[in-house]
Amino acid sequence: MPAAIAASAVTRRFGEIVAIERLSLEVEGGEIFAIVGPDGAGKTTLMRLICGALALDEGTLLVDGIDVRRQAWRVQAAIGYMPQRFSLYPDLSVMENLRFYGNIFGVPRLEFAKRAQELLNDFALAPFTRRLADELSGGMKQKLALACTLIHSPTTILLDEPTAGVDPVSRREFWRILYRISAGGTTIFVSTPYMDEAERAHRVAFITHGAILSLGSPADLKAHLAGEVVEITTQQRPKARRALRDEPSVRSIEIFGEALHALVPSAANAIPAIEARLRDAGVTDAVLRVIPPSLEDTFVARLSS
Amino acid sequence: MSAAAAVSSTVRVDALTRRFDSFVAVDAISFEIRAGEIWGFLGPNGAGKSTTIRMLCGVLAPTSGSAEVLGYDVGRDPEDVKLRIGYMPQGSSLWDDLSVEEHLRFYCGMFDIYGPGEKRAVDRWMERLDLKKRRSQLAGTLSGGYRKRLALACTLLHDPKMIFLDEPTSGVDPLSRREFWDIIVGLAEEGTTVLVTTHYLDEAEHCNELALIYGGKIIARGTPENLKHAPGGGETIEIVSEHNVAILDAVESLPFVRSAGLYGSALHITVAHKEDAAQLKAAVSRLGISIASLEPVTPSLEDVFADLVRTP
Ligand SMILES: Nc1ncnc2c1ncn2[C@@H]1O[C@H](COP(=O)(O)OP(=O)(O)OP(=O)(O)O)[C@@H](O)[C@H]1O
Ligand SMILES: [Mg+2]
Repeated sequence: MPAAIAASAVTRRFGEIVAIERLSLEVEGGEIFAIVGPDGAGKTTLMRLICGALALDEGTLLVDGIDVRRQAWRVQAAIGYMPQRFSLYPDLSVMENLRFYGNIFGVPRLEFAKRAQELLNDFALAPFTRRLADELSGGMKQKLALACTLIHSPTTILLDEPTAGVDPVSRREFWRILYRISAGGTTIFVSTPYMDEAERAHRVAFITHGAILSLGSPADLKAHLAGEVVEITTQQRPKARRALRDEPSVRSIEIFGEALHALVPSAANAIPAIEARLRDAGVTDAVLRVIPPSLEDTFVARLSS
Repeated sequence: MSAAAAVSSTVRVDALTRRFDSFVAVDAISFEIRAGEIWGFLGPNGAGKSTTIRMLCGVLAPTSGSAEVLGYDVGRDPEDVKLRIGYMPQGSSLWDDLSVEEHLRFYCGMFDIYGPGEKRAVDRWMERLDLKKRRSQLAGTLSGGYRKRLALACTLLHDPKMIFLDEPTSGVDPLSRREFWDIIVGLAEEGTTVLVTTHYLDEAEHCNELALIYGGKIIARGTPENLKHAPGGGETIEIVSEHNVAILDAVESLPFVRSAGLYGSALHITVAHKEDAAQLKAAVSRLGISIASLEPVTPSLEDVFADLVRTP
């Protein structure tokens, strides 16, 4: 069976800017593959190349073995693409928007009714089927866009930051849906600015400047972090962070929710130095421990080095 | 000292309500925000956060109830409110074909800042938000993080004492989010009062005070610490396993499980009591699925949020 997505040495330029540079990757059928990277890294360009909305300058790109350059229309029938700014019809209701996308993709009536019910329930939109899209909250619009993308049960979906603005509980539900459809064989290629989401994917690619910086399962990526993470729990986070900013044994120091994470080459060397600095700065409540790195630690480390 | 500066509560909200036809989007909410606070407004999609903010900024009239912002009543004097606050709406408020500097000049005009004052304000905020190098770049070509910086700069030109930020970091990468929060915390340290909404609950840890709104009503309030240790909050158990989803499928409908969800690479399950935690452990071991660990943890704000929204 061919790979669901196979990119080899794909390049795309805009004038002098090289948005995607000799990028290669393979996504297996049924896989949840996440791409993460800083703003402007080329994530959206890559998605638009894959779905044929944008032509590549060099390289080859196959979706289910079909060449995107030669048979873009066949590729487009097989995939669902949810762009960052999905167009909903503001003066159509929630149900009418769904029906509209169902019609475009030729979803049969009976199937439509069942699928629409499922998606509306899963996304907690069922009470609002008659509300105009324009009158939905920001996050509800995003959830409706997702439902429209999934209405024709495509075999591969490309989701560009699908959960931006979606509330935490709905994001949990959304990932349940992704797992369910991936278990059913659908391939999912998703970009996200949320590292805890990338952590749930089967494989993750970090991209910057249009190229892959590292690629692997979340566990692999974390295992390859050079150094260790020291968690510092304190009520005086800004003060503690200032005190550690120019401590030489600390590579980076960032606020992570209610704690600070210090990335250090060696915890054994760094911990006494950190303790001394905090004491001098008058931070007395700090509790230090070495923790396994999160994907976000790994990402921050890769980007700040 | 002006009358407005003398009030210690920057925002005072009393039974504020907004209907759209028969639908009640904001339902008689009351709260106060003290000067210099970073006040976080959390809640599920459609809960009423943006609607509340729009009323507090004087751009949407309340149906009933009242709110005072910087000493002005939002229903009676919306124009006074608008001139004195900064408002960064949800989504984009920028024009793709105007440059960074053109945006800032446009907003100076809106706030009657002209001549040397205009140049000073524009230069100052470009410098502070690191926009100088991009002054002539069109907004449409800025990366997500810089678009948000520009939108923030536009709300700060007239030195407002109170700013309303509606999902300022939505869709921004983790490093830019951190930088953005450094800026917000800096502004608050200088005395600006901040009301901010976010769906990234790790960011909510920066707030002095949080309020959770659901179905137009405020259902919980407190500092991040208070919320995590609130009575009745239950016990949160973290399970680490290769087979998270299978475990989740099996346990989520158990009667003693209050809420459950994937949390990064782990699974978090909230139950009402310690005894239920033991039951959960037994139920998981009966599944015969191998797990790396199962232990009680301090709930994250995300766990608290999920739990409150399920069991209001
Ligand atoms: N102009 C309008 N007409 C009808 N209903 C509206 C209008 N504006 C908002 N609503 C409804 O009011 C409710 C609250 O919306 P609001 O935008 O305040 O939510 P929110 O908490 O900001 O959500 P999100 O996190 O998704 O941004 C929603 O059900 C929304 O559909
Ligand atoms: Mg909103």
